[in-house]
Amino acid sequence: MAQFVFEADLHGLLKLDTPIPNAPPARWQRKAKESGPPGPSPAGGLSPMKPANRSHSSSKTPSRTPGKSGSKIQSTPTKAGGDRYIPNRSTMQMEMANFLLTKENDPAEESPTKKEQQKAWAVNLNGFDIEEAKILRLSGKPQNAPEGYQNNLKVLYSQKMTPGSSRKNGRYIPSMPDRILDAPEIRNDYYLNLIDWSSQNFLAVALDNSVYLWNNTSGEIIQLLQMEHPDDYVSSVSWITEGNYLAVGTSNAEVQLWDIQQQKRLRNMTSHSSRVGSLSWNSYILSSGARTGHIHHHDVRVAEHHVATLVGHTQEVCGLKWSLDGRYLASGGNDNLVNIWPCTQGDSGDFAPVQTFTQHQGAVKAVAWCPWQSNVLATGGGTSDRHIRIWNVCSGTCLSAVDTHSQVCSILWSTNYKEFISGHGFAQNQLVVWKYPTMAKVTELRGHTARVLNLTMSPDGATVASAAADETLRLWRCFEMDPIKKKEKEKANSAKSSIIHQGIR
Amino acid sequence: MAKQVGRDQQGITLRGSAEIVAEFFSYGINSILYQRGIYPPETFTRVQKYGLTLLVTTDPELKNYLNNVVEQMKEWLYKCIVQRLVVVISSIENNEVLERWQFDIECDKTVKDESAPREKSQKAIQDEIRSVIRQITATVTFLPLLETACAFDLLIYTDKDLAVPEKWEESGPQFIANSEEVRLRSFTTTIHKVNSMVAYKKDSFP
Repeated sequence: MAQFVFEADLHGLLKLDTPIPNAPPARWQRKAKESGPPGPSPAGGLSPMKPANRSHSSSKTPSRTPGKSGSKIQSTPTKAGGDRYIPNRSTMQMEMANFLLTKENDPAEESPTKKEQQKAWAVNLNGFDIEEAKILRLSGKPQNAPEGYQNNLKVLYSQKMTPGSSRKNGRYIPSMPDRILDAPEIRNDYYLNLIDWSSQNFLAVALDNSVYLWNNTSGEIIQLLQMEHPDDYVSSVSWITEGNYLAVGTSNAEVQLWDIQQQKRLRNMTSHSSRVGSLSWNSYILSSGARTGHIHHHDVRVAEHHVATLVGHTQEVCGLKWSLDGRYLASGGNDNLVNIWPCTQGDSGDFAPVQTFTQHQGAVKAVAWCPWQSNVLATGGGTSDRHIRIWNVCSGTCLSAVDTHSQVCSILWSTNYKEFISGHGFAQNQLVVWKYPTMAKVTELRGHTARVLNLTMSPDGATVASAAADETLRLWRCFEMDPIKKKEKEKANSAKSSIIHQGIR
Repeated sequence: MAKQVGRDQQGITLRGSAEIVAEFFSYGINSILYQRGIYPPETFTRVQKYGLTLLVTTDPELKNYLNNVVEQMKEWLYKCIVQRLVVVISSIENNEVLERWQFDIECDKTVKDESAPREKSQKAIQDEIRSVIRQITATVTFLPLLETACAFDLLIYTDKDLAVPEKWEESGPQFIANSEEVRLRSFTTTIHKVNSMVAYKKDSFP
């Protein structure tokens, strides 16, 4: 929790509302001092204007005397010495006064049945007999936010483009997408995961009730499947690591396994009771998250595929990712929780999360593990939260948090440069590339005209594909390796392996 | 740890229930103030409660104000004479009411100090309260933006014959003229039941 102390200290330092020491007293302070000692008659050497001023200044300070017992007419403090009554409009109970003044006229004329009727209506509308209820209000002006504070949600939700920083980021990232693909009928549902890119360079896209494969190398498009029932739709797609099988989650709670070469369905695994919005592979184990909040592990090699159930969420599981070493499964749900599950069961035979993070104030769909640092996880929150948080799952601490001012739908890490990219919604529908661990913005990629729904990365790590509610897929070449640097990297890799060989001999 | 288990098994008493509900109001009001942006978000700090991370204010005046209300609520809940708590959010310039959060309280009046404690686990109540607070957080997605600077007010509906304590005064209900209402989840401690709803001013254009 140390980072909160730091945050708090920083805010304390930046706030400028503590009184300046050794400054000359402000006018209102001087006035208060003047009117402090019970005022002698105005004739005592003061000009006729003074009493008026004094009354004004003291009647402006009702907020500093919350202990005043409420009466409808505010009595001006007599310490001003004047006998002039100056009302203060904002503390007067206009409605109450009006009601009391006008109500004298009515009651006598009402017949008993009318009264009964009115009472019945009152009970119906209010749930209880309102004549029997008194409405109380804590007196003293309700606390107000400090002057000059503008409700920043307005600033948030009407974000305009901010002029970019003039500092060069060191490499050129094209601001236009490489390619724009048409994705008609794509479902505009935040909780689904509709695109995935395989290691064989096939991009799978779920458009309502069909799944299409786009071959990046040849450019051809294949329709892989279409749901039998027109009301059903595909809710998630995920490629197995080798890229020859595609797992498809559907709205009727099925998890299907398709062979790409033969374009045939191999398995149809049913174990959930509601739509399957998220999928993640860990070698031969396929994990699926459903709308009920349950996560099932499926062993796709055996007939009895449903090997485990993880219960940790009370609402839809929209983010699901196995860590790259296969030791942990991270899940994010609509209940604002992030759970970290171990790969093996505990002593009791049940799976229990090793960590639960509650700090997000919105649904967590963006979940991504850091490829170069073990046990580091990035999560992003939905509209109510808008923060990206980086966690260490072993210690359970939040390493850093950044407010992105917009709904976060997806996060992807890039090994080529130590950065990660996040996809956003209202108001700019942009993709933001961040430097890790400094959390500085490298660049923002704009172009989508509606909120970004999903992100996926090409097998070479150079291109990121984004699917958005504007029915397009845009391919951004943001992590392209410099060819010289690429050669160096490959050399370094091959050098390592030869040393090992020598060692073994 | 053993003590905690013992308390859980003891069940809910009238005083315990009053405390639970008053505590819920304290955190609920803090959440509303944070989510609706009535006060700057930097003045809020995170605490763990109900298994969630909640935001409460650090502003001493506001804290004091809220504490007064919560303490009074506890007393009145214990005596079962409070029927409703309303958080009214109005614009500072023209005092127009923009949002109204209403929490109806149904109290089982047959319960007295000496009655046997009711059977309901703390965990179940916590889960219910957690859902309500999460719903309050989620309302930011559909409630209209509060364009102007706003202030909030707390109204409490009590029994007619209650003696008005010091620091409190009578007030009108401060309804919204043309409002949309959304009913939120409710929770119950078996002695007190709290229903929540939010009413907001309908946008002037369709």
